[in-house]
Amino acid sequence: MIGLYHYLGLGGVIFAIAMAGIFINRKNMVLLLMCIELMLLAVNINFVAFSRFSGNIDGQVFVFFILTVAAAEAAVGLAILVVLFRNRRSINVEEINRLKG
Amino acid sequence: MEAILLVILLGPLVASAIVLLGQNQLSRKVVHSLAIAAVFVSFCLSIYVLYLSIWGGLGVHEEIVYTWGVGGPFTFSIGFLIDRLSALMMCIVTFVSFAVHVYTIGYMDDDSGYKRFFGYIALFTFSMLLLVMANNFMQLFMGWEMVGLVSYLLIGFWYQRDSATFASLKAFVVNRVGDFGFIVGIAGVLFFAGTLNYLDVFAQAPAIANQGLWVTAHQYVSAPTLISILLFVGAMGKSAQIPLHTWLPGSMEGPTPISALIHAATMVTAGIFMVARCSPLFSLSPTAMSFVLIVGATGAFFMGLIGIVQTDIKQVVAYSTISQLGYMTAALGAGAFAGGIFHLMTHATFKALLFLGAGSVIIAMHHEQDMRKMGGLARYMPITYITFLIGGLALSAFPGFAGFFSKDAIIDAVGMSATPGATYAYWCVLLGALVTTIYTFRMIFLTFHGKPRMDEHTKSHLKESPWVVTFPLILLAIPSAVLGGIAVKWLAFGDFFGSSIVNRAGDAPLSLMSEEFHGAWQMFVHGFSTWPFFLFVIGFVLCWVFYIWKPHWPAILQSKLRPAWFALDHKLFWDDLEVGVVMEGSRRLGSALWRWVDDGLIDAVAVNGTARAIGLGSRVIRHIQSGYLYHYAFVMVIGLAVMVGWLIWR
Amino acid sequence: MLSPGEIIYQALFYLFAGAAVLAGLRMILTRNPVYSALFLVLAFVNVALLWVQMGAEFLGIILVLVYVGAVMVLFLFVVMMLDINLATLRQGVTRYAPLGLVVAGLIIAEIVWAVWGHFLGVGNTPQTAASALSNTRELGTEIYTHYLYAFEVAAAILVLGIVAAIALTLRWRPATKHQNPGQQMRVKADERRIRLVDLKAGKKGEES
Repeated sequence: MIGLYHYLGLGGVIFAIAMAGIFINRKNMVLLLMCIELMLLAVNINFVAFSRFSGNIDGQVFVFFILTVAAAEAAVGLAILVVLFRNRRSINVEEINRLKG
Repeated sequence: MEAILLVILLGPLVASAIVLLGQNQLSRKVVHSLAIAAVFVSFCLSIYVLYLSIWGGLGVHEEIVYTWGVGGPFTFSIGFLIDRLSALMMCIVTFVSFAVHVYTIGYMDDDSGYKRFFGYIALFTFSMLLLVMANNFMQLFMGWEMVGLVSYLLIGFWYQRDSATFASLKAFVVNRVGDFGFIVGIAGVLFFAGTLNYLDVFAQAPAIANQGLWVTAHQYVSAPTLISILLFVGAMGKSAQIPLHTWLPGSMEGPTPISALIHAATMVTAGIFMVARCSPLFSLSPTAMSFVLIVGATGAFFMGLIGIVQTDIKQVVAYSTISQLGYMTAALGAGAFAGGIFHLMTHATFKALLFLGAGSVIIAMHHEQDMRKMGGLARYMPITYITFLIGGLALSAFPGFAGFFSKDAIIDAVGMSATPGATYAYWCVLLGALVTTIYTFRMIFLTFHGKPRMDEHTKSHLKESPWVVTFPLILLAIPSAVLGGIAVKWLAFGDFFGSSIVNRAGDAPLSLMSEEFHGAWQMFVHGFSTWPFFLFVIGFVLCWVFYIWKPHWPAILQSKLRPAWFALDHKLFWDDLEVGVVMEGSRRLGSALWRWVDDGLIDAVAVNGTARAIGLGSRVIRHIQSGYLYHYAFVMVIGLAVMVGWLIWR
Repeated sequence: MLSPGEIIYQALFYLFAGAAVLAGLRMILTRNPVYSALFLVLAFVNVALLWVQMGAEFLGIILVLVYVGAVMVLFLFVVMMLDINLATLRQGVTRYAPLGLVVAGLIIAEIVWAVWGHFLGVGNTPQTAASALSNTRELGTEIYTHYLYAFEVAAAILVLGIVAAIALTLRWRPATKHQNPGQQMRVKADERRIRLVDLKAGKKGEES
């Protein structure tokens, strides 16, 4: 019998993978963005599972909005990435240390 | 009635405002006509008010013009309290002011600040009237401060001179010390009586007498003592009593008409007036009365002594003023309030006369004030000489002249007073009579008699002053001669002031003396057989010997009594103490506070130090902000883990 | 004994979930960002299948259409457009790996703890929706009634995203004037701010 735990466990594992990805691929900004997408996916899994197991559609509405915002975020993030690359000919995060006062 | 009072009060103010604001547009003639007209109208109306209050049955008349402030249970109003005391003061103020206004036309003729001067003295007249006519302590205080301000402006009238600006600042600052006590005293009145209106406060006097404060755990001060002494501290500043007298000799830096009007006749007597006005409070406290008596008597004697060695003609008159103010104060302290006011009135006339006479001499001498360079002026300036002599005789209490009646009354009253310290005070005021004679006649002899000691150029230009100068002299000489004899019956020994002045039960020396008073003529005749007259004769003879018969003796005496002369020449060192220690000390202290506390501690440590500490701290913390995106991402992620952990294990 | 339907259901869940996890792992471990993107697509597709299995058909389809069809293509496009030097990007990969594993483990532990302890009162058995409507219709009803305002805000956010992306990628103009915050911060006030002036008396209107 597949219960709520299974889905929550899956969400947790994917979230942890995404987080480990941030640490491992700390230099590649594209991968950082992808990891963030993966994290959102993990969260979305939980939302859908909760919605399903409580018989309440609101959780799915939330996922819908998260997807919307994530799409916008990805667009802006990639735009920043493009601008960054255009200026510095690199997306190596290690070389980007201007983000300080 | 209200209209009359308002015209008296506001006339000079309007004149002053027009003159000061229109200085550049108005001609000199318009300016002085306007100012004199306003003061003359005030004077005439004041006489009318005095007439009403003596014969017109005005009684104690209170008039509230409007209320300008209500705070909680307290109401502050502008109003008038007209009784014989204030009516008399109004007459004195406007009369002397009028004489001085006329005199100024001659004295300030060649001064570029002519119009400004008229604006100031008209403003002064207004301020003084405001003070005198007040019906509450707040208005009194307003007038009190305004006369102080005008006094400051006029002492520093010749602001081009450093000495004048210094003297004006000194006068202002010393008066601040007194005014501090004064306003605390007013606060005390408000605290204990709950109102500032004179009549309400005095009606509550018996209730106030039962109150008091524990100053320390063991020291109880009754309310009348506290209030009276604090108010008197204000009077000490304004009326130049020891130890706050030092500003008055300095104030001679101002033009002479001002010395006559403000620093002799009117403003400095504000303290005397205030104490007399508050007699219902003062008479409740023997301690305060004793304090007043001793301060006054000390000043009367010692300040006169200093006057003996002064060489500047105005300085002599200035120290004489302090001494005479001491007499008035002593009279107040002895419980002879009416005597104090009586002397105030006579003193106003003859001291204004002396100052204006001195001014006349100064004009003739081309603004030379050193008496050692004068002499023999009687020949050139007969009117000035005669009027000055009348003033001098009145000052030194020659029987018959105005000063005689008032001063004898004071000396006797102090002698008969039951106030503690009266014996000491009696000796002071009695010997003060001798001192008064000496400095007065020393001044007259040095100035008007003997060999002329001025240079040839000055001598060739010596002439009597114009009529605008001599007219006020004559105008003031008449009351200086006869006013005392006329008024003594009512002012000193009659119940002239009625309920305005209250004496303590069992301490009313004037009413005791009035039983032995049988008219001015008897007093005049009797005057030739009293100690003050003998002292006058001794003093006169001494002066004649020293300054007419053997003019080289003073120098010999001076060298023989060098320490005493040194002390007197240095004004008993009090001035040096104030300027050298108190003033210089405050400046050093202020400078040190500025340099060490403000610059060193507040600016460097507190302000810049805070900034620097933050800067140093930031320099350390700044390393956290590496600028690497992944560092921030790590921090976020780890923070998330910690936060979730905290939420779960909470 | 499980019914055949349930066995198939379980088998499918494990299949999709396992594929998603493996795809995720491959995504973060592959050297080539193109592969990473493709593995992410795989993970998304698997999760979408799981959602469909749970009855959230609309979201599953949306995930494939919007994410796989648009966002991930965008990623791929960017990755391929930019000339990325892979060699330098792979340097020092393992430096922070231990920390990453620790944090990831911590997160998993926390989630497990949270799920075992208290999962918001939700039962372990699937609840069928109260209404008889289809999932899409139900979702649409909610969005266009209760969440209408939020929906419009989401639309505004998307517009904002478009505008931001365009504004950012527009060409830089060198002539543009801009302020330099660092330089502004370094400005220091004059140390001596008080100047004592000795005013001589009598010099009217003149400065000494």
